[in-house]
Amino acid sequence: MEIDRIDGRTPNQLRPLTCSRNVLNRAHGSSSWSQGDTKVLAAVYGPKAGTKKNENPEKTCIEVIWKPKTGQTGKSEREYEMILKRTLQSICILTVNPNTTTLVIIQVVNDDGAVSFKVAICCGLAESGYVILDPAKLEEQKMKAFPYLVFPNSVLSVLPEGSPKVEGELMENGIITSVTQGAMAVDNYFHCLERGRAANEKMSAFLRRSLQPQLPG
Amino acid sequence: MGHSNASGDLSSEMEVDAFRRLFPLRFYEHHLAESIRPDGRALGKARDTTIELGAVASADGSALAKIGLTTMLAAIKMEVMTPSKESPDEGCIAIDFHMPPICSPLVRPGRPAEAEPVVSKQLADTILRHVKHFYGHSLLLDYFFKVLYSGMIDLKDLSLVSGKAAWMVYLDIYCLDADGSLFDAALLSAIAAFSHLQIPVVSMNDDGKLIVVSEENGEKDIVNKEKRKLSLNRIPFSLTCVLHKNYILADPTAEEETIFETLVTVVLDTFDQLVYLYKPGGLVLAFTSSVQDCIALTRQRLKELQKILDESVSGMEVD
Repeated sequence: MEIDRIDGRTPNQLRPLTCSRNVLNRAHGSSSWSQGDTKVLAAVYGPKAGTKKNENPEKTCIEVIWKPKTGQTGKSEREYEMILKRTLQSICILTVNPNTTTLVIIQVVNDDGAVSFKVAICCGLAESGYVILDPAKLEEQKMKAFPYLVFPNSVLSVLPEGSPKVEGELMENGIITSVTQGAMAVDNYFHCLERGRAANEKMSAFLRRSLQPQLPG
Repeated sequence: MGHSNASGDLSSEMEVDAFRRLFPLRFYEHHLAESIRPDGRALGKARDTTIELGAVASADGSALAKIGLTTMLAAIKMEVMTPSKESPDEGCIAIDFHMPPICSPLVRPGRPAEAEPVVSKQLADTILRHVKHFYGHSLLLDYFFKVLYSGMIDLKDLSLVSGKAAWMVYLDIYCLDADGSLFDAALLSAIAAFSHLQIPVVSMNDDGKLIVVSEENGEKDIVNKEKRKLSLNRIPFSLTCVLHKNYILADPTAEEETIFETLVTVVLDTFDQLVYLYKPGGLVLAFTSSVQDCIALTRQRLKELQKILDESVSGMEVD
């Protein structure tokens, strides 16, 4: 099925990616990420002492604040905050700085679709330079997303990448986070996953190139 | 150890409890190795589910759903409103999910629970699944493939007089006891409430406005005499699972949800479409095989839930 996209891209093509780090000088870590016209700014502060009341004091607590471009924060923002927080918790090594809180703030600068996952990558970038994330782990687990696809839904997935094999399936094929919107046939979802994995490789390569100068050794 | 049998049993029981509190993961892993959970359930089995329709007498539709100890009360109120100019043929549904402090010791008064807005939005996404495509550059989809299919409820069903009057449906779901799988129970109670819903009778009054009348007031000018029930097509049912190494546990309790941080929620509808798949982070990566297993468990659960729902609806109709 040939689908003509408005900007002339093929169904598998991603929009041009740009990313820059250290854009805010007061924040402990910051980065800006854009994919086509969608642009997101992320800042990281921390770690600061003390965790929130119900959180486990043996691990770092990650707090996320999501600010939309316009309007007040509502339920969607809370949902993104929670998804991002749980994704980051599974990616970061939390036991390095126990009983501290790291604050991650996302500001949506321009929304041209597919905002949420961009944020996830953006965060990763911001943290790698300034917070205690282990670079090898960051390389292992990259974010990926489904910009526009042939299906009338938007699927938000986060896949890791790396060579170790787990039970015959490459570790890079496992999903960290996946949030779907809209209904689709089960098979279509699995097709999406495959396309996503392919796109993941391109994004990981891009990420590695842009992080290269800053990674130690 | 105790000298008599009774105190011996007591101290070993306390040891088990202490072990459960101190080393929850190991406690669970001992059980998982035997393919069973501490409450005796098999790994893929959900807790006992019950639905009671008509729990709130003053509401137009209501239901109380219990999955194990998790209890959700859903109530629907309807009122007549003027539809917006962009969609003069459509009504509106407002969904709200509340977690009052009664439901869990972790919820404090004055401070909304973290799960509250998230579950609220998930419910709204699942129930209102109508897909409208805007061709501006500011939204998600930018191609000309138009797919307009109604979700569970067609908003056009809620229209009374095109352009002048339509139904505004307020769906409120209260969590009375939070013991894991909140979204599953909330969705089930919402669907049961919609199945129970009796649309109030309206008639035209002297000013030309539609007002709700009570049934005993005689038969004059009733606008919607025939249409008293909403037709629900493609009902979605959900199942939450936790992943741990290569085990998949269906329908976790609150304790299991805190110990195993990786949750996957799958929502399938009666046409076997994947409505919603939600996996927010978590230490365990989900491979295609795990996702397929979760979807298979959800298919099984869908049949169980559909049976339970049909039984309670037919029980109500007999009355």
